[in-house]
Amino acid sequence: MSATAGPGPTLNWRHRLAERGVDRKLWLLLPATIFVLVLFIYPFLYGLSLSFQPMNGGSVLANYQRFFNDAYQRDTIFTTLKIALPAALLNVFAAVPIAFRMRGRFRGKRLMTTVLVVPITLGTVLTAQGLLNFLGPTGWFNRVLMGLHLIDGPIRLTNNYWGVFFSLIITGFPFAFLLVLSYLSGIDPTLERAAATLGASRSQRFRRITLPLLAPGLATTFLLTFVLAFSVFPSAVLVGNPAGSTRVISLAAYQAAYEQYDYSYASAIAMIMGAVELVVVAIVLVWRARLYTGSTGGKG
Amino acid sequence: MSGFDQLSLDGVGRRFGTADALADLDLTIERGEFIALLGPSGCGKSTALNCLAGLLPLTAGSIWQDDQRIDTLPPEKRGFGMVFQNYALFPHLTVRDNIAFGLRMRRLPKEEVRRRTDAAIDMVRLEEHAGKLPGQLSGGQQQRVAIARATVLEPSLVLMDEPLSNLDAKLRLEMRTEIRRLHQSLGLTTVYVTHDQEEALSMADRLVVMRLGRVQQIGTPEEVHTKPTTWHVADFMGYRNLLPVSASRVDGDAVTVPLGGTTVNGVAQGRVVAGDEVVAAVRPEDVRLGNEDVTGLKGRVEVVEYQGRELAVEVALEDGVRLHARTDRKVEAGEHVTITVTPGRLLVYPSEGPADRPAAELASAGLAV
Repeated sequence: MSATAGPGPTLNWRHRLAERGVDRKLWLLLPATIFVLVLFIYPFLYGLSLSFQPMNGGSVLANYQRFFNDAYQRDTIFTTLKIALPAALLNVFAAVPIAFRMRGRFRGKRLMTTVLVVPITLGTVLTAQGLLNFLGPTGWFNRVLMGLHLIDGPIRLTNNYWGVFFSLIITGFPFAFLLVLSYLSGIDPTLERAAATLGASRSQRFRRITLPLLAPGLATTFLLTFVLAFSVFPSAVLVGNPAGSTRVISLAAYQAAYEQYDYSYASAIAMIMGAVELVVVAIVLVWRARLYTGSTGGKG
Repeated sequence: MSGFDQLSLDGVGRRFGTADALADLDLTIERGEFIALLGPSGCGKSTALNCLAGLLPLTAGSIWQDDQRIDTLPPEKRGFGMVFQNYALFPHLTVRDNIAFGLRMRRLPKEEVRRRTDAAIDMVRLEEHAGKLPGQLSGGQQQRVAIARATVLEPSLVLMDEPLSNLDAKLRLEMRTEIRRLHQSLGLTTVYVTHDQEEALSMADRLVVMRLGRVQQIGTPEEVHTKPTTWHVADFMGYRNLLPVSASRVDGDAVTVPLGGTTVNGVAQGRVVAGDEVVAAVRPEDVRLGNEDVTGLKGRVEVVEYQGRELAVEVALEDGVRLHARTDRKVEAGEHVTITVTPGRLLVYPSEGPADRPAAELASAGLAV
């Protein structure tokens, strides 16, 4: 229509928009935009405004003051960080050597990958049950150790910090592994071979070539597993000590919402939870921005 | 890294599963030589290079550097420089750091690293690009970084794996000269893998022509160009006319073969007996067109390709066989011409059974004009 109309004002206007990438294809973004607005932005803004309207009246920031003035509540931040940060770090660092070994083709690779990834499909409850059976006071682990007379009484590995920690490793590792594997296979293996012909030993090749190219991917992987671990809730209750050492922040929010029925306070706790995550994400992203993040020469 | 006088490959082989990618490679490389490994894809030339570099373990044979056995050493202990087909520049390091990488791995003093890196950057004329990342360079510039990085260590041997195959035609010609110039001025010993016969002929002191994992011929460019040992080598060296025929008369080296309703004389390249199925090979350059009324081959011009100074012509003979020829005369499709073959340039190869014969290029198989 406009193509045959000749160089009129409408045509010029359209051309100028098209040059900036504005054309009718933009409508394709509409469903996704609505989806994000309705399912994410709206609940977030609703929760945010709710958190500024305390149930029992008071100032706009009353909920936040209440949280930070109460040591029992405030400490949930550190409790959660103390579980989530080491778990995410361990997941990433354990994934690197295994993914490194799993690069390329070899017999049984598919089976290995399946075994490593299966825990994703288990869900936290099944994992918790398995942990209790295996690591609990009467679990196989303790029974074997006692049978071998290595210990006198059972080591306490569940219903405390370690139970939650193990559960986060079991469910978080497959994510970390899959992500690291895909980042690693995006690095052209010829680079390492080139480094070898230049006299770099195995460890030098890893330190000077692979690791710098992998680091941005590791940062992303760390963030994703950290966010997953930070919102830990079921395992904190099932294999943790929800009244004490594993009273995580999501548990505090849950208690506010469904035990005290104070949605406003619960929203405030959720907002604080989000802010803490955001701080960690921001720190890691600032560090990541200083790394080389361009092409790594591989199949991507 | 001290140089060597001789590097010998002794029965080197590499097997993948049940397939021999490389078998029985015997080759002695003298210091200062430029050797080209030449062959079609899948012929084992890159396998040979990777075995030399230590990137692929051998499954047979051994490699000796003078009297030291080196095929058991890992690549980082061999001290050979390598230029990869995709250059394999470290994308996160600047041009300068890429070139300095090997020197740093060797823990040389800072001052020496700086001096030698500067010299290498000068050598490949990348002074104003030294601070850039490889991703910001053009293909030719990346290529020069790769060469500088491999040669800055003054390696006893430089291995190049089709380093020009990703460049455009003009740049390829320039880099060819450049590589040969560096080889001479730095006194390098080079093993160069390529599938481009012209490249190999123009750069190398000696060619190793390979096929199906085995060496077909080792010789100077002239030897390989004018006297290929098998018709496969001939095929690869630009003998476009490969004719499956049977020898009608043999007298010592002189063989007469039937062609286009008459006979032509060729030179036997191996044991040929009258009546044998043979392969006659001749380059288009040695098939000339004439219009003088001589008794001999006659044919009709089918396809004419303009190639600057000359025309490349495809001629259909009276018996349907097609010949590729060259002429500086102006001919047109459909014209009837007479054909002469440069005396002594029709090479006649024995064939090893019915499977070992080129597909006959008959008129019916070609383009109908």
